[in-house]
Amino acid sequence: MGERVIAVDDVDGIIAARQAGREMARIAGFGSIDQTRIITAISELTRNALIHASGGICTLTDDSDDKFIRIAVRVDDHGPGIPDIEQALADGFTTIEGSYGSGLPIVSRLLSTLVIESEPGHTVVSAAMSRHRSDLR
Amino acid sequence: MRVPILKLGNLLIASIQVELSDTGARRFQDDLLETVAKSDADGVVIDIAALDVVDSYLARILSETAAQVNLLGTKAVLCGMQPAVALTLVEMGREMLGVTTRLDLDQAVGSLRRKIGTQQAEHG
Repeated sequence: MGERVIAVDDVDGIIAARQAGREMARIAGFGSIDQTRIITAISELTRNALIHASGGICTLTDDSDDKFIRIAVRVDDHGPGIPDIEQALADGFTTIEGSYGSGLPIVSRLLSTLVIESEPGHTVVSAAMSRHRSDLR
Repeated sequence: MRVPILKLGNLLIASIQVELSDTGARRFQDDLLETVAKSDADGVVIDIAALDVVDSYLARILSETAAQVNLLGTKAVLCGMQPAVALTLVEMGREMLGVTTRLDLDQAVGSLRRKIGTQQAEHG
């Protein structure tokens, strides 16, 4: 279905990706809380790319079908890569304030799925939010 | 564009109306602390009613700012958090424990005035 590609080279890119995400999620039929989850996840992922890789490409896709509404978020960057993906997923998720990781555990809590592929020079983070249409009011 | 910081008696009110870049957020933090130090305010309200998203970076800035204000002997209160924002912050594990919050500007100002009034009465 719909797809939008946003270059994230600076903070304006993060804001653009968030706005595009908000619109796509709304059109797909997500409620306002889910929209907030999706935009927050987009913010975390694009900010990661900006901080660790000086930027990246954010691709938003509406993959909805007649059973599910679904928005996919994919962020590609050409940074140094994540040396230990398991560690990155463990770090950062802590209730101890003052300990901050990459934000990936946050995204895994907000969205339905999260897949990370990374090697030096190329990292792809793919995440999606799905809801069964019968779960929506 | 800088976040305006307004004086209301012995309180400072800062209302974040736009999405902040990293630089903007840090500048807000600096501006607020400088203003607190210079103005000898007794309380600060940070109003985020206009924000429909707060990501972990901004949550950290807000948390830090409140703590820094408190270190300067001034009470900080965060108000106006939208329900969806509160929900996602808790889900993220970034619910800013230790930051005093109130529902809206009215309640924030009221609670600060009461707290400060009590403190002044106690210390004569």
